Amino acid sequence: MTANPMLPEPFRIRKVQKESYDTFTLELEPLNRPDPFLFKAGQFNMLYVFGVGEVPISISGDPHHPETLIHTTRAVGTVTKAMRQLKTGDVMGIRGPYGTSWPVDRAEGYDVVIVAGGIGLAPLRPSLYHVLEHRDKYGKVVLLYGTRSPDDILFRKELERWRSRFDLEIYVTVDYANPGWRGNVGVVTNLIPKAPFDPLHTMAMICGPEVMMRFTAIELLKRGVEAPNIYLTMERNMKCGIGFCGHCQLGESFICKDGPVFALPEMQERLNQWEV
Amino acid sequence: MTTFLLEREDFPALLKTLTDAGYQVIAPTVREGAIVYDEIESIAELPIGYHDEQEAAFYRLHPTKDKALFSYVVGPQSWKRFLHPPEVRLWQAKRVEGGMEIVPNTQAVPRYAFVGVRACELHAIAIQDKIFMQGEFVDPIYQARREAALIVAVNCGVAGGTCFCASMHTGPQVTSGFDLALTEVLEDGRHYFVVEVGSDTGKELWKDVPHRKAKPEEAAAAQHIIEHTAAHMGRELDIDGLPEIITRKIESPRWETIAQTCLACANCTMVCPTCFCNTIEDVTDLTGGSAERIRKWDSCFTMDFSYIHGGSVRYSTKARYRQWLTHKLATWVEQFGTLGCVGCGRCITWCPVAIDITAEAAAIRQSDDGKGK
Repeated sequence: MTANPMLPEPFRIRKVQKESYDTFTLELEPLNRPDPFLFKAGQFNMLYVFGVGEVPISISGDPHHPETLIHTTRAVGTVTKAMRQLKTGDVMGIRGPYGTSWPVDRAEGYDVVIVAGGIGLAPLRPSLYHVLEHRDKYGKVVLLYGTRSPDDILFRKELERWRSRFDLEIYVTVDYANPGWRGNVGVVTNLIPKAPFDPLHTMAMICGPEVMMRFTAIELLKRGVEAPNIYLTMERNMKCGIGFCGHCQLGESFICKDGPVFALPEMQERLNQWEV
Repeated sequence: MTTFLLEREDFPALLKTLTDAGYQVIAPTVREGAIVYDEIESIAELPIGYHDEQEAAFYRLHPTKDKALFSYVVGPQSWKRFLHPPEVRLWQAKRVEGGMEIVPNTQAVPRYAFVGVRACELHAIAIQDKIFMQGEFVDPIYQARREAALIVAVNCGVAGGTCFCASMHTGPQVTSGFDLALTEVLEDGRHYFVVEVGSDTGKELWKDVPHRKAKPEEAAAAQHIIEHTAAHMGRELDIDGLPEIITRKIESPRWETIAQTCLACANCTMVCPTCFCNTIEDVTDLTGGSAERIRKWDSCFTMDFSYIHGGSVRYSTKARYRQWLTHKLATWVEQFGTLGCVGCGRCITWCPVAIDITAEAAAIRQSDDGKGK
């Protein structure tokens, strides 16, 4: 019999990093596994907090450094709030990696436009790591990032460091500015018309709230990016991650195994339907 | 196909053969005014001489004049409860020095012999096999129970008021997926079963049951009964092009109409032999030192089912009924290569407000002009 896909594997927390008042990053290492935890950019794991429950969270780390498993999440539910209380040395359960990944291979030779909304930057970070690791294989690389306020900016130090590179363009916008903010204010879709990329040779990757992804896709299509070159990642309730529980269905798709990353044509119609 | 003949008085020998081979015999039996599936020890526990009258939101048992063993159709339960249990522990975890230890479910695998499995139910089991055993991941709990199970099927001698397997092409004749298949015949004062052997396991067991080859007229009598059943279905559902129509009609006003009646009680999903959705409960003991994960049946009719941060995706009854019917009769095809409905009629019988999937599908079809909305 094959390995039981319902059993979590113990991982120890090596580091807890507070990102903002409600977001945090966990660095984990396996307790028993001899092999590194290989994953593809965009995939997710089921994270189990002892006795509390399990939630699907995208991997936010570097696929080239599988010796450390990194997850960034926002404390919004019972499990993620319990997760925020965990400390270095604590052990939690991991199942995965599951699901489809960002089209980093297909994107070779193209300009890459990454559009993130809020915590949506976390599932996209592995693809940025990948693109930067193989920088010469891609054309222009642009990150468009919208978040609530300057205090909510994720991975701030890393973004500042990346912004000093000459081969990467980063534009940040916030919904609400505070004193001292001299950057853009407004929704992330506002950044698309003037962002420097060649629409006909662009691969776009979007992650954020569903409404943000819907309008981002519209703006990218308006610029001339072809629908099959636009990818997004969907979220639904998920109990098992492996196609048994039925909760994550969106039309004919199981988000856990057919997604979470989809090409726009697979989702375009669904994005305009209510309560599906 | 060679068919055999089992006399009614030798039926107990069939049950004894199964028991002697180490199987726990699960069969229809009467409980609280309904026919359910449970362990039986003797043939007397079968619903002998009972007939079930079924209509939308209506189920009654009546005595019959004869002593037939199987002159009824399916009740509120399906074999799903034995293969994909309503509640099962997936694993237990303990806090240990320096971490946690997770122990898989080690409960003994029951070895069931299901007696009286109907054609629609065989199709339902085949559908759940696809979900739990034939994808990228395999559910070890379902797989262990399924592989250990033996199936003695029964061709339906009567059709129920809510049955529509003939139009779903899932019955009433069993065609595959069984170890033994019986057709009950009562005529001219005789009472016997015409038997087909469907597997090597079935063949091995059949050796120990007193039988002879069926005469052509006996086999013909059995075949006639099945054809009679097929011709007397209580309902029908036209599936020609139905998935495309339902997909087109996602904004049909019909969904709102049905939502005004639907109680979102989830009965239809609980009695459905193909519905597989489940949820997880993580619990701990009082000390917090040990935990376990329980899997339970769930239903797309509950508000919690689609909850994500910020609220439920399908907050209206309209959206939840649409999800259920669309899944059964449209999206299931892309997911598993077959419709998710086998025409057993349970969801119609056990709906407290008499919603009828065949009527709803027909209404959606009727409103279709090929253009959507």
